[in-house]
Amino acid sequence: MKPPVFDYQDPASVEEAVDVLARHGAAAKVLAGGQSLVPLLNLRLARPEVVVDINRIDALDYLTEESGWLRVGARVRQRRLEREGDVRRTVPLLAEAVRFVGHPQIRNRGTVCGSLAHADPAAELPAAAVAVGARLVAHSRSGIREIPAEEFFTGPLTTALRPDELLVEARFPCTGPDWGWAFLEVSNRHGDYALCGVAAGVRARDGRVQDARLAYAGAGPVPVRLRQAEVALVEHADLEEGIRAAAAEARRVLRPDGDLHASSEFRRHLAAVLTARALRLAWSRASTCSGGAHA
Amino acid sequence: MTTRWLGAPIKRNEDPRLLVGQGLFVDDVQLPGMLHAVVLRSPHAHARILRIDVRRALEHPDVLLVLTHADLPPSLREPLPKLIPHPDLKHHKTQYTLAPDKVRHVGEPVAFVVATSRYAAEDAAELIEVDYEPLPAVVDLEDAAAGRPALVHEDIGTNVAAHSVQRVGDYEAARARADLVLARRFVVDRGCASPMETRGVVAQWDPRARQLTVWDSTQAPIPIRNGLAALFGLAQKDVRVIAPDVGGGFGPKIMMFYPEEVLVPLAAMRLGRPVKWIEDRREHFVATNHERTQIHHAEIALDREGHILGVRTVFLHDAGAYIPYGLIVPIVAECTLPGPYRIPNYHAEFRAVFTNKTIVSPYRGAGRPHGVFVMERLLDLAARELGMDRAEIRRRNFIQPHEFPYDVGLIYQDNAPLVYDSGNYPAALERALEAVDYPRWPEEKARYRAQGRRVGLGFACYVEGSGIGPYEGCRVTVEPSGKVYVATGVGTQGQGHFTSLAQVVAEALGVDVRDVHVVTGDTGAFGWGTGTFASRAAVVAGSAVHLAAQAVRQKALQVAASLLEASPEDLELADGQVRVRGAPSRSVSLGEVARAANPLRGVIPSEWEGPGLEATRYFAPPRGTFSHGVHAALVEVDPETATLRFLRYVVVHDCGTILNPLILDGQIHGGVAQGIGGSFFERLVYDDSGQLLSGSFMDFHIPTAVEIPEIEVIHQETPSPLNPIGAKGAGEGGVIPVPALVAQAIEDALDDLELEILRMPLHPDALFELIQKATRRGS
Repeated sequence: MKPPVFDYQDPASVEEAVDVLARHGAAAKVLAGGQSLVPLLNLRLARPEVVVDINRIDALDYLTEESGWLRVGARVRQRRLEREGDVRRTVPLLAEAVRFVGHPQIRNRGTVCGSLAHADPAAELPAAAVAVGARLVAHSRSGIREIPAEEFFTGPLTTALRPDELLVEARFPCTGPDWGWAFLEVSNRHGDYALCGVAAGVRARDGRVQDARLAYAGAGPVPVRLRQAEVALVEHADLEEGIRAAAAEARRVLRPDGDLHASSEFRRHLAAVLTARALRLAWSRASTCSGGAHA
Repeated sequence: MTTRWLGAPIKRNEDPRLLVGQGLFVDDVQLPGMLHAVVLRSPHAHARILRIDVRRALEHPDVLLVLTHADLPPSLREPLPKLIPHPDLKHHKTQYTLAPDKVRHVGEPVAFVVATSRYAAEDAAELIEVDYEPLPAVVDLEDAAAGRPALVHEDIGTNVAAHSVQRVGDYEAARARADLVLARRFVVDRGCASPMETRGVVAQWDPRARQLTVWDSTQAPIPIRNGLAALFGLAQKDVRVIAPDVGGGFGPKIMMFYPEEVLVPLAAMRLGRPVKWIEDRREHFVATNHERTQIHHAEIALDREGHILGVRTVFLHDAGAYIPYGLIVPIVAECTLPGPYRIPNYHAEFRAVFTNKTIVSPYRGAGRPHGVFVMERLLDLAARELGMDRAEIRRRNFIQPHEFPYDVGLIYQDNAPLVYDSGNYPAALERALEAVDYPRWPEEKARYRAQGRRVGLGFACYVEGSGIGPYEGCRVTVEPSGKVYVATGVGTQGQGHFTSLAQVVAEALGVDVRDVHVVTGDTGAFGWGTGTFASRAAVVAGSAVHLAAQAVRQKALQVAASLLEASPEDLELADGQVRVRGAPSRSVSLGEVARAANPLRGVIPSEWEGPGLEATRYFAPPRGTFSHGVHAALVEVDPETATLRFLRYVVVHDCGTILNPLILDGQIHGGVAQGIGGSFFERLVYDDSGQLLSGSFMDFHIPTAVEIPEIEVIHQETPSPLNPIGAKGAGEGGVIPVPALVAQAIEDALDDLELEILRMPLHPDALFELIQKATRRGS
């Protein structure tokens, strides 16, 4: 389990980094936290000619709130989402979801943008990004573009990033105090990829669901947002009826693949179960905590 | 004041060294000029090798040696030695050093590359071209037994390596007069030990002294030395095998030989430079032995009061591609099945079957979990059928304390009669039931149910065969410094032998346990022994240590008697001194006694039987000794997500005289964790082409501290009459009954569904399916 020969570049600026990417294109791979790339290298499943290490780019190490957006630079470790109190207030779903990513050792090293760019369909942060409507900022020599999360994930381990683009930032819209959020997942062992995971958000007004978000990990080739289920929640005057309708919708629509850990049928069942559980939890937070810091 | 060392909860002598990273594991061995080796392994489960071309690998500038089967000396072109023959083992097929013309499992070694670095060796291995003609893979055990879809070894015309029958009484007659006969098919699937340290070998050849030194992460350094000497035509004295610190063994690190254990020394001798090979985790999953797959067709016959009239089990054992270790696992399985129960009529019959999968040899439990799973499940189902309490049906069938020694009527893995030496089975069950307040369980369960929680109580009983022969030995030496040096041939893989064996010596010699230094697993320090397996080190080596220490004690008394001008009967050993009882000022240190026992001039009295405070003794038990226990646990089931949570876990454990309860607790905790892993988390899943789908820790889920509950241990001590310290083995009791317990607990938690759990390990997907089926049946 040693990697094949590769060239190593460690640019000190975004400009240098995108120059390297422009030169090498698909033959280059970006190294941030390395929690997925290094095992792939050691297993010789990834054979890039050049590894572009962005850990020297200090300019990408920022986690800030700015005009209603939480901006996460490409060098921000996942652990900061759970450690920095503001995230619980600004984008509580991120603080919830990140706790399910591997173990503390992995989160101390792994980056938020790295997880998004890796685009494992069972991963937590991509589902959270889709649920809240994050925007991903891609930088290349030809400029900067923003990609909505739902368009960013195009297939398993595949994104809309071009080979010459570096994901420099993920932007998450800060949520209002009338929203409640929850992330739940089932894995047989804590820290594993989810058999199924659900990101849920509800906005409460006058005892009714006014708006809702539902996105799923491990339920398809990319993180899936279920708009029909969101609509069902808003349309039902009775919360429990709405939840049942949303769960039924999840079971009806989602077509997850089966593997050695869970059949497609089991995953669909889990999606429905977790939809209901996550929505109830999100609702309790929306209605009791008014979106503030919750237990 | 005499300190009691034996039985005291002493912290481990070895821990300070290990905890600060000063251990010496095989990968810590760094020698000048050392080279690194890589094994090219078969990607196919079953294929003919049409052509191997190593030219491009040899052209790699950093490569020094590439070996294929054709490059091996004649003695290594033959299959590797047969370890444990058995009259029923008709086809004792063993593995090759490198595959000659056919590969029989994914991971079988095909070529061996030595280069200046591991990186270069892996690069070069990719340059070797092998043309394979894939053959149908023999994966399913029942198909394999029927010769489908191919033969793993064509020359024997069958996939069945052995067919073996053992009978006690007349099962058919018992069945004919039974009130209830209950038959089921039970499946136990593959598992593996996953030690923290994978395997590894370093070899160094001194061409002038013509001496070979091998560091090997093995459980059996002395047999490895003897085997290497034979294969390479060297004297045993010129081969030194060191099993330094070993990061977990659990059984699979005793095979004699894994191919690398031969290839690395061969390469070191060919090249005249030290060679290192460290197995990586990806290799480990396919190249280190597995265990566990057996399919039992089992039947129990009872009268209406729940007395067992007879049991029959007819089972298939998946041996993997070769069967070097013989029939140990299935024999242990059939011999463990009767457990603590009186079974007057018993029919056990198995076929050991070749498949295109990794080789099987004992892994912690070694057939015992299978036997216990089948027996305990049969009793649970019978109790349900008879409307009887599951504890009561066990009480009615226990062998009673006055019935020892109890002859089960079978022949055990050591070819000796299966005779239980001692125990108290009813007491162990009552202790466990009391600990979990079994009489009040129905109310407790209803209370959980009222909260919307599904909690089940499970318990399971077992008897653990352990401490088998043939022998172990020990040399105890007191040096003039007063320090005591102990050398024994068993290897140690984390069991705490540096402490527990030291306690045996400290007790005999009245010295501080920290002044007793134990060396294990170095053939240069002690050259006789067989190894650490079958929970035997503390029992067999421990007894040898005791005998040697007692001999040194006698010698010390004799020598000190002349120094102190007293009679040996008036002397005592304590605090590192030999002193006159009642007159502590008349004393001499043990170090001074050692010096006096080895004079430079003068005369040694003939009754000293030689110089020095030193003795070597061997212990050869007449047969194995039998530990036993009961586990009980509260398990919460989430029926919607098909996941489990252990709320409580209690172990009542009886392994005879306890040497160190702290170490014993550790053994039990680790065993339970491994048992839980093998019941609901860890799975080795093969596809139809014989590829292992769960060959990494991403897919092979070892439970972590989050999943393992706190484990409460209750000790019961029924000493063994078969050895001088009264000890019994403790290595496997933590694992053995866990699958049976988990099955019972889940059934109890979901009792309205009337599940029958007949397969282990389970996992959420399988439990989901069981729940779905039961729900459909009920609606």
